[in-house]
Amino acid sequence: MRRLPPVAITAMVFVVGFALCTVQFPNFASSRVAANLLTDNAFLGIVAVGMTFVIISGGIDLSVGSVIGFTTVFVALAIERLGLPPLVAFAAILLLCAAFGAAMGAVIHVFDMPPFIVTLAGMFLARGASFLMSTESTPISAPLYSTVSDFALRLPGGGRLTAIALIMLAVVAAGAVLLHFTRFGANVYALGGSRTTTALMGIPVGSMTVRIYMLSSVLAGLAGIVFSFYTAAGYSLSAVGVELDSIAAVVIGGTLLTGGQGSVVGTLLGVLIQGLIQTYINFDGTLSSWWTKIVTGILLFAFIALQQAMLGIARRAGPRKAGVLKP
Amino acid sequence: MMSRLLQSRGLAQIIALLVILAVDRAVSPQFFDLRMQDGRLFGSLIDVLNRGAPVALLALGMVLVIATRGIDLSVGAVMAISGAIAASLADTHGLPLALAAALGAGLLCGLWNGFLVAVLGIQPIVATLILMVAGRGVAQLITEGRIVTFTAPDLVWLGNGAVLGVPAPVVVVLGMLIVTGAVVRGSALGLLIEATGGNARASELAGIGTRGMILAVYVWCGLCAALAGVIAAADIMGADANNAGLWLELDAILAVVIGGTSLFGGRFSLVLAMVGALIIQAMNTGILLSGYPPEFNLVVKAAVVLVVLLLQSPRFANVGVVLGRARQ
Repeated sequence: MRRLPPVAITAMVFVVGFALCTVQFPNFASSRVAANLLTDNAFLGIVAVGMTFVIISGGIDLSVGSVIGFTTVFVALAIERLGLPPLVAFAAILLLCAAFGAAMGAVIHVFDMPPFIVTLAGMFLARGASFLMSTESTPISAPLYSTVSDFALRLPGGGRLTAIALIMLAVVAAGAVLLHFTRFGANVYALGGSRTTTALMGIPVGSMTVRIYMLSSVLAGLAGIVFSFYTAAGYSLSAVGVELDSIAAVVIGGTLLTGGQGSVVGTLLGVLIQGLIQTYINFDGTLSSWWTKIVTGILLFAFIALQQAMLGIARRAGPRKAGVLKP
Repeated sequence: MMSRLLQSRGLAQIIALLVILAVDRAVSPQFFDLRMQDGRLFGSLIDVLNRGAPVALLALGMVLVIATRGIDLSVGAVMAISGAIAASLADTHGLPLALAAALGAGLLCGLWNGFLVAVLGIQPIVATLILMVAGRGVAQLITEGRIVTFTAPDLVWLGNGAVLGVPAPVVVVLGMLIVTGAVVRGSALGLLIEATGGNARASELAGIGTRGMILAVYVWCGLCAALAGVIAAADIMGADANNAGLWLELDAILAVVIGGTSLFGGRFSLVLAMVGALIIQAMNTGILLSGYPPEFNLVVKAAVVLVVLLLQSPRFANVGVVLGRARQ
């Protein structure tokens, strides 16, 4: 228990939760439920990976939900009104998102402003821009969309591992490699530990900040594309509040909100726990969906309190250890 | 000369408000027209005050929280909770009990936030995020997912009535402003709050009970949010747990920031936060009157946030100083 990392606790919560659901509903433990869990939360998983990087670096990105909404509208209009091939539209929106994220990162670094308020402005801007493009839901009927939604790996037991679930798993895997095995990832942890120290070590803090927010916005754009696959439409009000869901997923996944500690795998588990609560409510049928919010809030509090307790223990243990080493 | 003028506190905000009102007047020629009907004043100007009341109330609590270097993201959710409580109790239990229960709930929410920040030492953004996520669920639980409507005339009066022609919400805001101002500026309390935000550790060492101070501002913020929720519910004669106070936390923060209170804590101005709330509402009303789609609002707000923040940024000030020196 002494050295149990937060991720292990998250995994335990997920396993225990899944077991409890299975006890109550014997049909729960099927590949169908598991595959749906991945499909329904694919966009949240992708955007939460980006949020993990931002939060570990000590920042926060409130604009992701709006960027998803913007992306779905942009893609729908580009394909349906302008007649662009879907892949060209995807490339265009990802470039646009990269520029948007880079701009936010640059403002945060150059003007030394709190990320919270800069990305808040970004949130207004992206949502407002998508409203200006269209306030109606635009259905997408490109052939690529039906191909993608028809594609699925059949699992034993009748589950369908859909294309968007596979995209999400690929993003999680790539994110984990980028965070845990590259210099970029190490720098992200360093930034979250201490900005000043990182700068003194010679790491370019400015370009790191720009690249981290760029990554978050690009992943939000990708999540928007996945969301448009999921709903086959573009709507300016889609994904309202997703920034909160993804922050909650990251925190429940054991990432320290003060930065410097966390993992991508934990975030995936955090997303799945939220999906599990939603699935349980669907299975139950009598509970209303607002219980998802309450249970998520309770879990959020439990994990934050846990982090706080662990930090407190670490602080108290710190000087004592130094005392032991010194003589 | 110009820069010295702009540096005097509050002038920039008041000029901004006047400019926006002038633009509104240009857009809609009858903007400043007032008329009396059924013992209540009507007109676009009154409308700005009336519609701006909930955000003004939120800003009144938020400004103290931000002065301690905190932030309260949960005010929108608290509005939904208190509105739901007031609407469900008003018809059956009478106004005093409904009001007491709604405000009591706000007090409890504030106490919870304050406990997390002051006692457990959690960063304010995170601590209040919990209630922001869960609070709307709690409000849904109270209304059982429906939009609760009521007809109790005394509660409806709080949203639609008038005192000497002035709409009741505006009177409530004025009352709260006077009470808050008298408490924090009439005593050393405001100074102690500013000290806490400036440097919590130094303040603690200087003998200020920073924990109590932080707890108190979050409780006050919760109370103001609850009052805003009651007024918003009274205005539409119903409580909608999904949409009551949605995104208003952002407007409240924006109002405080426009009012020149730094997000880094350490100083605040109640009156300028009110001016900030009026600027936001005057902008909203202006966009509505001009016939632009209301969606335009968000883009304009984003631009305003960025400009105000750039002006507040220490780096930006440095750039100004360098430019000034170069000119000399």
